[in-house]
Amino acid sequence: MLGIPFNILVFQVFTGLVLGTIFILLAIGLSLIFGLLTVVNFAHGAFYMWGAYAALLCIGCFGNFWIGLIVVPVALGIAGMVVEYALIRRVYGLNPDYPLLLTFGLSLIMIELVRMLFGTTGYPFNVPALLKGSINFFNLFSFPAYRIFVIAVTAAVIASLWLFLEKSNIGLIIRGGTRDSEMVKALGIDISRIWLLVFGIGTGLAGLAGILAAPMRGVYPEMGIAMLVECFVVTVVGGMGSLKGAVVSGLLLGQVVSLSCLFAPAMSNIVIFIAMAFVLLVRPSGLFGVSGLLE
Amino acid sequence: MEDDRKRTRRDFLKSIGALGGAAAFGGILTRKSFADEKAPIKIGFIVPLTGPYGTEARDQEAGATLAVEEFNTKGGVLGRRIELFVRDDKLNPAESARRAQELLEKEKVHMIAGSIGAHTQLAMNEQCKRAKTIFMSTSASNEITMAKDVSPYTFSEATNLYIITQAVGEWAFKNLGKKWFILAADYGFGWQTTEGFRAIGKKMGYVEAGLINHPTGTTDYTAYFPKIIAAQPEVLLLCNFGKDQLNSVKQVHEFGLKKKMKVVCPLLVITARHEAGDEPFEDIHGGATFYWEMADTIPTAKAFVNGYRKRWGRPPTDMAGYGYSGVKGLLSAVQRAGDVDTKKVILKLEGHTYDHYKGKQWMRAWDHRSMQDIVVLGSKTAKERTGEWDVFKVVEVQKANDKQERSPDVLGLKEGVPLSRML
Repeated sequence: MLGIPFNILVFQVFTGLVLGTIFILLAIGLSLIFGLLTVVNFAHGAFYMWGAYAALLCIGCFGNFWIGLIVVPVALGIAGMVVEYALIRRVYGLNPDYPLLLTFGLSLIMIELVRMLFGTTGYPFNVPALLKGSINFFNLFSFPAYRIFVIAVTAAVIASLWLFLEKSNIGLIIRGGTRDSEMVKALGIDISRIWLLVFGIGTGLAGLAGILAAPMRGVYPEMGIAMLVECFVVTVVGGMGSLKGAVVSGLLLGQVVSLSCLFAPAMSNIVIFIAMAFVLLVRPSGLFGVSGLLE
Repeated sequence: MEDDRKRTRRDFLKSIGALGGAAAFGGILTRKSFADEKAPIKIGFIVPLTGPYGTEARDQEAGATLAVEEFNTKGGVLGRRIELFVRDDKLNPAESARRAQELLEKEKVHMIAGSIGAHTQLAMNEQCKRAKTIFMSTSASNEITMAKDVSPYTFSEATNLYIITQAVGEWAFKNLGKKWFILAADYGFGWQTTEGFRAIGKKMGYVEAGLINHPTGTTDYTAYFPKIIAAQPEVLLLCNFGKDQLNSVKQVHEFGLKKKMKVVCPLLVITARHEAGDEPFEDIHGGATFYWEMADTIPTAKAFVNGYRKRWGRPPTDMAGYGYSGVKGLLSAVQRAGDVDTKKVILKLEGHTYDHYKGKQWMRAWDHRSMQDIVVLGSKTAKERTGEWDVFKVVEVQKANDKQERSPDVLGLKEGVPLSRML
C-alpha cells in the first residue's frame, strides 16, 4: 500500500489501537454521563488528571502500581459522586449552560488545586517493572508489553460494562433512564441514586484512564486539557450517550490519527476534526446517536 | 499583587543595606553605606512568572536578584543603590509591552532586561527602542539580532538556537553518526532547530533519512515511530521542547528506539529531566549554555554556583545564568561608563569581553550578541547520580567563536560596523 512495508502498516495499526483505548475509556464516561444526566462534563479531563496524581500518591504510599489500579478508579468514582451530590445535582433541569459552566469552573479549580499542592512541573511515572520490555510479533515488529496490557484492560472494562448495562437490573434502569427518565421515575424508582452511580462510574473510568496513561504520557497539571477536546470529538462522532458509539468511534479515530501520522504528519492534530465534520454532515447525531437528545 | 512584590523587594533591599552596615566585614562595608541623597539605579526585569515557563522565569529572577544583591553589598554602583523591578508578562506579548511601558513611564527605570519567549522579547524590544532605553534580552532567539529588530539599544545576553544546534550537531555527527532523522515540533522552536541542524549537517556531509513535523502539544508520538524505524537512521533529532520533549523522550524509551538509534535533543534542561525520571533520558544527549558542574573547572562558575546555592539553596540553571549575567553586564557597564547615560553605557557594552559565570564571553559590537561557550550534555543514570541536581554530565564544551553564528549577510548587518553608529 503506497510503498509502505506490511509490517510497518501493522505496527501503525497497533499504535492507533492504543490511542483508541485511552479515547474510549474517557469517552465512555463522558457519554454515559451525558446520556443519562444530559450534563456535558467539562471536568472530565480534570478527573483524568486527578487519576494520574492519585496513582502517584498510591505508588508513594504502597510502592505498588497494581494496588493503584484498583484504588484509583474507586477513589475517583467516590470523588465524582461527592461532586455530583454536592454540586451538579443542584443544576439539573436548568438551562444546559448551567452544568456546562459549573463543570468548566470545577475543572479550573481542580487543575489549580493540583498546581498548588504538587507544583506546576510534572512528575516522573515509570512503567511497572513487570510490564517493562516488549513483545515480539512474528518477527514483524515488537510492541511494548505495557501497551498490550492497556489494550487488554480496556477490553476487559468494556466487556464488563456491557454485561453490567445489558444484563443487570441496575443496567436496565440506566438504559431506561437514558431513554425516558420521567417514565422511570413514574415507575417508582429513585433515579437520583442512579445519577449518582453513573456519574461515579464515569469519573472512575476517567481515573482509570489517568493511571493507565501516566506511564506513557507523564503526569502534569494540564494533561487533561487536550485529552478532553479529543474525547469530546470521539463522543460526538460516536453519538452522545451511546456506549457502542464511544467504542467504535474511539477505535476508528485512533486509527485515523495513527494513519494520518504515517501519510500526513502535520495534519494529525486536525484530522479528527475533519472526520467529525464529515460524520456530522452524513449523520447529524453521530454514528450511533439517538436524535433529539440535545434539544 | 505586583505592588506587593515591589514593596517586599524594596524592604528586602533595605534590609540588605542594613545588614551590610551591621556586618563585621571590616571597614569597607560600614563606610560605604548608601548616601540617601543619591537616587537609586533602576533596572526593570520582565519574565513570564506565570504560565508554562514559570519555573524557568523564577530561575532568571533568582539570578538577576543575586547580581543586584552582589552589587548592593559592595556599596552599589557609583555609590547608588540598585533597585530591581520584577514584572510578570504571563508569556503574552501584549502584556510584555504594557509592563515595559509601565516600567519606562511610571517607574522611570534606566534599563530593562529579561524575557523568555521569542514574541514577548520582541515586544519589549519595540518599547525600549521607542523609549531609547537599553534592552538586554535573556531569551534564546534567532530574530533579536537580525536587521529588522536589532537596534543600538538592543542587546542579547542569551545565545540562540542556531548557535546551539551548530555545537550539538557537530558533536553528534562526529560521535554518533551521519544519517539523521528529524522529528520537529511544528512552530518556531522546531523550525529554527531543524534549520540549524540542517546547516551544520550540510557542512559536515550528513544524510537526511527523513523529517516529520508534529503539531505542538502532541501527547502521543508512537504513531510516528514506524516511519522512523523504517528509515533506519543512526541519529534521531528530537527538535521539540517542554512537554513535547517530555512525552516524545518517554515514548522513544518505551518503544526501545534507543536500541536502534542514538537520540539527541537540541536543549536539555534539569526540569524536564526531573519530570521524566532517570530511565527515559538515559543515553540521550543535548545542548545547554550552562551546567553547574562547570564550577569544577572554571573559577567564575565556581563563585557563581556557590553564591547562588548559598542564596537560593539549589544550583543555578542555564536560565539563572542568563538572568545573572545579563543584569551584571548592564551594571558593570554603568560602572565602567561612570554614568547611567544610555549612550555612554551602550558604548561600554559594545565589544566588551567579560567572564561573569562560565568563562570568556564577548558582546559583539556589530550585532550585539554575546558569544559564549556551548556545552553538550549527556544524562547520568540512576547509579551515576549522587543527588537531586546531579543529573547531567558535560561531554563536550564548544568554545565561543564567531563562526558559530550565521553570516552577516543572513543577519542583514555589516560585520565590524558597531550598531552604536546608528545613534
